Amino acid sequence: MITSILRPKYFATALLLLLPSAASAQDVLNGANTAWILTSTALVLFMTLPGLALFYGGLVRTRNVLSVLMQCFSIAIVVSILWLVVGYSIAFGPSESAYWGGLSKMMFNGVVVDSLSNDIPETVFASFQMTFAIITPALIVGAFAERIKFSSMLLFSALWTLIVYFPVANWVWGGGWLGQMGLIDFAGGTVVHITAGIGALVFAFVIGQREGFLTAPIMPHNLTMSFTGAGMLWVGWFGFNAGSALAADGSAGMAMFVTHISAATGALTWMAIEWIKFGKPSGLGAITGMVAGLATITPASGSVGPAGALLVGLSGGIVCYYATVYLKQKIKIDDSLDVFPVHGVGGIVGTLLAGILVSGELGIFSGNGLAQDMTMGSQVMVQIIGILSVAAYTGILTFIILKVVGAVTSGIRVTQEEEQMGLDITDHDERGYSL
Amino acid sequence: MKLITAIIKPFKADDVREALSELGVSGMTLTEVKGFGRQKGHTELYRGAEYVIDFLPKVKLEIAVSDELSDQVIEAICTAANSGQIGDGKIFVSNLEQTIRIRTGETGNDAL
Repeated sequence: MITSILRPKYFATALLLLLPSAASAQDVLNGANTAWILTSTALVLFMTLPGLALFYGGLVRTRNVLSVLMQCFSIAIVVSILWLVVGYSIAFGPSESAYWGGLSKMMFNGVVVDSLSNDIPETVFASFQMTFAIITPALIVGAFAERIKFSSMLLFSALWTLIVYFPVANWVWGGGWLGQMGLIDFAGGTVVHITAGIGALVFAFVIGQREGFLTAPIMPHNLTMSFTGAGMLWVGWFGFNAGSALAADGSAGMAMFVTHISAATGALTWMAIEWIKFGKPSGLGAITGMVAGLATITPASGSVGPAGALLVGLSGGIVCYYATVYLKQKIKIDDSLDVFPVHGVGGIVGTLLAGILVSGELGIFSGNGLAQDMTMGSQVMVQIIGILSVAAYTGILTFIILKVVGAVTSGIRVTQEEEQMGLDITDHDERGYSL
Repeated sequence: MKLITAIIKPFKADDVREALSELGVSGMTLTEVKGFGRQKGHTELYRGAEYVIDFLPKVKLEIAVSDELSDQVIEAICTAANSGQIGDGKIFVSNLEQTIRIRTGETGNDAL
């Protein structure tokens, strides 16, 4: 024992603790927190690879399965490199600006083994955040699936993450203006789900409907695969939401529990609606409701209580269900795998509800309590400003990026013949299955 | 010789195989096929979007038999594949000119 205390590393730590003005407690590495965020990082990456990839892959037709897997995989690759080069710096750099983090941490400049972000290694914090940057553009794959050119997809995803995701992450989590205003977004209702949802809506509108949309049966080719992916998403979401506490503490525990309850409630709600309307609950309905419940609780997972989570999941299930039907059947926008109605709408509903259910004065439905200088009205106002500003910024920038990408890659869409042949052959000269 | 082609419900395939084995039929070919007749299709729902599926999964059995056995085979299939519901399938019977066992070169009834 004595020898271990005298080891230089422990000795230095002990000395630091003894010097009250030299370092605050936050500058000391916390092993428990570090372990949990390392774990959460793996969980959130697992959500994309292979969770989301399988979920989406099963929902498209046989001839496009590989293209969707490739799109999710390629986005993970490109965004990771982008994160190293500028992403981390733009999102979490130390700039004084309220709109971006600057370029001083480009190429992880100054991030070394001993660098800390609060009480966890900066590398761990940065890796954890990177997995969020990966899944957000990957969610948009659902909007353009089965008809996008691979080159356009890759260029769009890179530019979109650079111009939309990184700055918005800074606004909300990196010390930017929305965070300063007091926006409640614990794990990414605005940063992840509203950006991805609005991006998907604009993309689906610009690229147009798939051949045979609403006239020919365009059905999921392998719901077993989608179920597998959905299960991974549910489990991975524990890292997504409970990891966003950035600590192994009570906040993480509560976030995990409310996340779980909302997922279950969302799934049950969707099943119930189908059961009442069509006489049978469907498997796809159950997993879609689960995703809706998860997306909706995401911004609210650090502020609502367990009973509040039930309301969040219920609202997410109902609103996302009707949004899905309305967008496809009535407005006829072919957001192919329903990214906007599930993630975008879920993110909006959850961000709004977070401003209400955070209140400590709702009896059994109470949350963790409003910030000191906030009333429910002022908090909801901030939430609305957050939703509208992120949605407007994302919508406009997505449209501009798509125009640029279209010009550079001479059109973002494959030809009609290529679409009929399927993207696996068209884009990759491969087939997903040789059965 | 006759070639008997039976389109039946997939879950009846085992019953039919057993019934035919009892008659002494020593071989048959099974193919998974899709089709529709009077049963028409059914509807499937995906996230609220309703699709009419015209072609339903069926099993196609092809059995080559001697003329003497063919009536019994047809009767056995009719009994075994009958569920009383619409969509039980059909049996097509055609004359078979020749049968050859590849390994031995035997022909006709000997090759069945």
